[in-house]
Amino acid sequence: MSERHDEAERLRRPRLSRRALLSGGAVVAAAATSGAVVARAGADDTRTADSTAGPDANSPRATAVEPFYGAHQAGVATTPQAHAAFVAFDLRAGSDRESVARLMRVLTDDARRLTQGQPALADTEPHLAVLPARLTVTFGFGPGLFAATRTSDRRPESVAPLPAFGIDRLKERWTGGDLLVQICADDPLTVTHAVRVIVKDARSFAKVRWTQRGFRRAAHSQQPHTTQRNVMGQLDGTVNPVAGTPDFDRAVWFAGEQEWLRGGTTLVLRRIRAEMETWDAADTVAKEFTIGRRLTDGAPLTGTREHDEPDLARLTPAGLPVISEYAHIRRAHVADPGARILRRVYNYDEGVSSDGTADTGLLFASYQADIARQFIPIQQRLAEADLLNEWTTPIGSAVFAVPPGCDPKGWIGETLLS
Amino acid sequence: MFSRVMLVVLSLGAVTATAACGSEEPSTSAVAASSSAVAVAASPSSAPAALSITDPWVKTAKKGMTAAFGTLVNNSDTDVTVIAGSTPVAPMVELHEVVESKGKMVMRPKKGGFVVPAHGTHVLQPGGDHIMVMDVPAEIKPGSEVPFTLELQGGGTYTFTALGKDFAGAKENYQPGADMGGMG
Repeated sequence: MSERHDEAERLRRPRLSRRALLSGGAVVAAAATSGAVVARAGADDTRTADSTAGPDANSPRATAVEPFYGAHQAGVATTPQAHAAFVAFDLRAGSDRESVARLMRVLTDDARRLTQGQPALADTEPHLAVLPARLTVTFGFGPGLFAATRTSDRRPESVAPLPAFGIDRLKERWTGGDLLVQICADDPLTVTHAVRVIVKDARSFAKVRWTQRGFRRAAHSQQPHTTQRNVMGQLDGTVNPVAGTPDFDRAVWFAGEQEWLRGGTTLVLRRIRAEMETWDAADTVAKEFTIGRRLTDGAPLTGTREHDEPDLARLTPAGLPVISEYAHIRRAHVADPGARILRRVYNYDEGVSSDGTADTGLLFASYQADIARQFIPIQQRLAEADLLNEWTTPIGSAVFAVPPGCDPKGWIGETLLS
Repeated sequence: MFSRVMLVVLSLGAVTATAACGSEEPSTSAVAASSSAVAVAASPSSAPAALSITDPWVKTAKKGMTAAFGTLVNNSDTDVTVIAGSTPVAPMVELHEVVESKGKMVMRPKKGGFVVPAHGTHVLQPGGDHIMVMDVPAEIKPGSEVPFTLELQGGGTYTFTALGKDFAGAKENYQPGADMGGMG
């Protein structure tokens, strides 16, 4: 057998270390009397460090793994990775509960392997799977999936197209979708590989409706929980629920009447174009007045540090509010921490036109337990009067229910579709 | 389901493999590779067949021919030889290899079956050894779970479930006796 073959084989069975085989053998011996053998025993305690460049070539960041199984899907509470692709699919005509269940079995199998740094089944580029770089693959169900699978009676009412807002300039090509796959990793090639695998396996069941790619600062540029700047230079996401806190759990995880969605959440994905040409024309004072925060450090205009609570009541000597009635942070303010939304945003930048106009903005991914209670009131206040509307335009909008996570015997969506 | 807790179907006492499998898989007689060995009775004292498979999948097909793949794992102290296979989704299964013949890659039934060495593995993959599934009458759909039973030399059988996956390669054009290319 050629050396190349050896390499390919090694990749196909990364877990077959001596240690795994020995531990597997022990299970066989123990299970022999009952006639049952756990085929994958020892599979999870060995991880490959395979690389053509040698065992030490890969950065620990590149081999870092986010857990796949659990009560919640990964990719929501997960510290945002540097790169994201949101892929929306439309189910093919004739799709039903049986076919969508098969689709979700296949995609879950892909996700649970790729996120752990293992090639997907039938992976034609297995070498690309060995650096997961905190890859997460997260699934969401749009209204059309409920209709196709005749489960609309179990769709939360607000998992539906958002009400039309006056500021919207929605384009069909960035709007809607039956099935969403959110793929995030700290390495863009890892994202590309995962998108390729998922799209190939979804193709028999669905057509790609749109793909939206986004990015944050590179993984090593800042400390992990640093608030990100968007393409307009603003610190974006200062007031965000903190994973692991009761407020986060209350704000994010679904607790409504539809039992199948408990442990899940909802996602609103808005594509918001930044009007950079006119933003350029605004001076710093105007920009800070618009937001209600300083550009330098994100501190509210009434404070000195980013996380100081804005004093919305403070007046200038002239008797006007320091933070304008129409400032973004006032309009977006939610007093109850458990009623806030989780913003997990990514910048997009699709290049420039011949005259230099940037096609850039924000993939505003908002997770919340209840769209009607949390997202829509905020969006309504912003749409009615937010100074920032002058420079931002929603051009895409999609809404999904994000099912709970699964265990090794299950698959994502099983609680709805099985 | 994804951990694939596999049941090793032990040959019970003096029941022969033919009797154990023949009633459910009438097609096993059609298996080309060493089908005569199936008739060997398992002795009551034979050790449990310590075979398992990781990453099993089967290429989807509308009908006709396709193939199943995965990594056979032998957890025991002795070699395990797979001599035949069967599946409820097709009347005919063969154990194939791909070899070079006159400058072409051809696939053909593997003489003697798949030998999985003691505490070793045997990889089934496009372009290599594979479980050939023939005369598939109805579509094997993506995401379907397809059961396979392997017959082992000495009389045991091993059953596993393969996940249906769309796959561009492994284009099966096999015709017995003909030199065919086109594998993976």
